[in-house]
Amino acid sequence: MTRVAWLVAAKDLRIEARSRVLLWQVLPFGVIALLLSGLALGPTQAGRSSAGPGLFYLVTLFVTLLMINRSQALENAAGTKASVATLGLDPAGVFLGKALALTIELWVTGVVLLAGSVLLLHTALIGTVHALPSILVTLATLAAAGTLYGALTQGGDGPATLLPVLTLPAFAPLLIAGERSFSAALHGGALWEWWVIVVVALVAYTAVGILLYGVLEES
Amino acid sequence: MPGDQAVVHLTNAVVMSQGFPLLSGADLEVERGCLVVVTGANGAGKTSLLRLLGGLDTLTSGAGSVAGVDLIDGDLRLLRRRVGWLGHEGSFYGDLSVRENLVFAAKALERPLDDVEDALTRVGLAHRADTTTKQLSAGQRRRLGLAWLLVRRPELWLLDEPYASLDDAGREYFDHLLGDVLAAGATVVVSAHDPLRSGDLSPRTVHMAGGRVVAS
Repeated sequence: MTRVAWLVAAKDLRIEARSRVLLWQVLPFGVIALLLSGLALGPTQAGRSSAGPGLFYLVTLFVTLLMINRSQALENAAGTKASVATLGLDPAGVFLGKALALTIELWVTGVVLLAGSVLLLHTALIGTVHALPSILVTLATLAAAGTLYGALTQGGDGPATLLPVLTLPAFAPLLIAGERSFSAALHGGALWEWWVIVVVALVAYTAVGILLYGVLEES
Repeated sequence: MPGDQAVVHLTNAVVMSQGFPLLSGADLEVERGCLVVVTGANGAGKTSLLRLLGGLDTLTSGAGSVAGVDLIDGDLRLLRRRVGWLGHEGSFYGDLSVRENLVFAAKALERPLDDVEDALTRVGLAHRADTTTKQLSAGQRRRLGLAWLLVRRPELWLLDEPYASLDDAGREYFDHLLGDVLAAGATVVVSAHDPLRSGDLSPRTVHMAGGRVVAS
């Protein structure tokens, strides 16, 4: 399982590095969305700063949906699915590999968007740095859940446009927990309670993915 | 019961997709080391038959076994590892290079990486090894598909209209390669609109219509 996971993750990251979809399409979209969100809040720095965590996670949600679709589209290109299926890869390894690659891509995106938050939304630099660990864990959880739901919507005949509808109920608690812990890091307050929710969700989605990804692929 | 030499054994095989019969009672037996050409018009069920043999579609009713794996209650993932599939389309990761695609397959199946260079040389793609796959012509993609199968060394080769996009030199090369594969003991099932033109190979031709084998 681990061998397949590294193989699939390396393949997805190599494809990403080659195609540069993240660099030239996803990141500019995220930064522009952050900029427009900041403009919508008006000129006061205080208003932007307090809304910063929520806006960061809202933009992260959009970006995550794009990247889940991209991750699954790699496997569903014409003919690729059948050829790769005949390699008989361990589905648990495929799930872990795709989730790992998506996590790394989301981490890169998250760091850029955090820099954008500091510059465009005026979130405090120190607080933002303090929030980084919780944000990285939240993004890893979004990647695990997203990989699972991505296979669900794109593995069979279901349209990919179902992805936002299916994922939002699953993502909502993660986004709320992430936003609360980001706010706590910026403005003070309980931080660990929100961390626990995200870590439990990460373990749960990873376990479910390992167990069910093969079933979703077959469907 | 199928004999020990039968790699493929299908009895009244039915495959349904969304209420539509892709195969409607196909019977087929293929002996080990044989070359079988499946012919028929568009929609006759050639691709569906090959997908069933590759474990890519499941049997709705009937019975069958492929490469020792029962199609009803056997491990289809194990079956897939024993077959090689070359479909109509490109079948690869377009943003990886030719070599990277083959290395991925070799690592997935724990084959030695030396096989990759051998396969590239055999199919005449060594000079395009570092080219991104999406930049290849259709014929070169076919050759990459063959290289992928050479690296994989499957027990049963399933080739869906492999002559499409190949020029005369490509067809001749392909026939030569098939001869080598058969000599090495593999079994090959090829779908094609027309019977093979090669005089060197002596295939058994199976004709399909309406999702059934109507002549063999």
